[in-house]
Amino acid sequence: MKKKRIELVKRYRFFGIMIAVTLIILAVKPAMGVQVYSLAISSVLEMLGVLPPIFVLIGLLDVWVKKETMVKYMGKDSGIVGVLLGFFMGAAAAGPLYGAFPVAGVFLNKGSRLSNVFIIVGAWASMKIPLLLFEVAAMGWQFTLIRLVMDIMGVLVIAYSMERILTAEDERQIYGLARKMNQ
Amino acid sequence: MVMTIVFYGLAALGLIISLVKSKEKTKMALKKAWKAFENILPQFLGIILLIGVILSVLSPQQISQLIGEDSGWIGVIIATVIGSITLIPGFLAFPLAAALLENGAGYMQIGAFISSLMMVGIVTMPVEFRYFGKKATFLRNGMGLIFSILVAIVMGGILS
Repeated sequence: MKKKRIELVKRYRFFGIMIAVTLIILAVKPAMGVQVYSLAISSVLEMLGVLPPIFVLIGLLDVWVKKETMVKYMGKDSGIVGVLLGFFMGAAAAGPLYGAFPVAGVFLNKGSRLSNVFIIVGAWASMKIPLLLFEVAAMGWQFTLIRLVMDIMGVLVIAYSMERILTAEDERQIYGLARKMNQ
Repeated sequence: MVMTIVFYGLAALGLIISLVKSKEKTKMALKKAWKAFENILPQFLGIILLIGVILSVLSPQQISQLIGEDSGWIGVIIATVIGSITLIPGFLAFPLAAALLENGAGYMQIGAFISSLMMVGIVTMPVEFRYFGKKATFLRNGMGLIFSILVAIVMGGILS
């Protein structure tokens, strides 16, 4: 019981510190404090807009998709299929990057290849297909096109370099973390 | 907004199909979903407040003063640093970038800003650590940083 409580305090420590910091800001500079909270509220709304369904989908994937299926399509020998699926899944999502990590966790846990998971994360971070028109409208088609082409190359280079640089031991640790996060 | 409808629609559809197939497994899926969410909830809450603080310290006008067209390499570095620290939803990032351009920021600096905004996330590192560990997290963010500077060089070469 006591151990559980200590665990809880440890997990919420950062949040507690941030509440204290923002309350101090609110007391010293009320205008800025109000702004901080209104920005935080819009972030919460954004989070609620994408995270709950993402986690439901993660849960469903965890229960229904067999490990063998994941290994076949995203595993070590999945080849170009795994790469394309990784790009598709990452680029189709327009949510914030932190939504990609839990998704990456469940894919790793089901036996997806490390580089394919890094492709999901990279594409999720930088290539936002649903926002493409937004980007063209705001930044012009030249800017958008240069970024898109560079992103495709960048995501691949980063994913494969990471797989190369990380040792077998690192890889084992990453799969271990994924298992822990999906218990 | 569209994204929200799509995600919730997909999740609802998945749940219905799952329910039809097996009530037991659906329950298990929802349990897993909640556990995975609760696992990182405290960090999310802290990060959200931190982002609020950072964004209220840095206004668009301030940023564009720092990364103006004549700011050169120092501007690129500042843009990369600001982009790496902050975290802004995509649909807000592009209008912000457009506003920065209008306020006098250069294409090169904006390229660095947008890329690092998306690829590098210093405030979300605590969450990334939990899934990938420290080494992979630093590697990914470090390479994202270098990539953002490359984007700036290409943007600067072609667009200005």
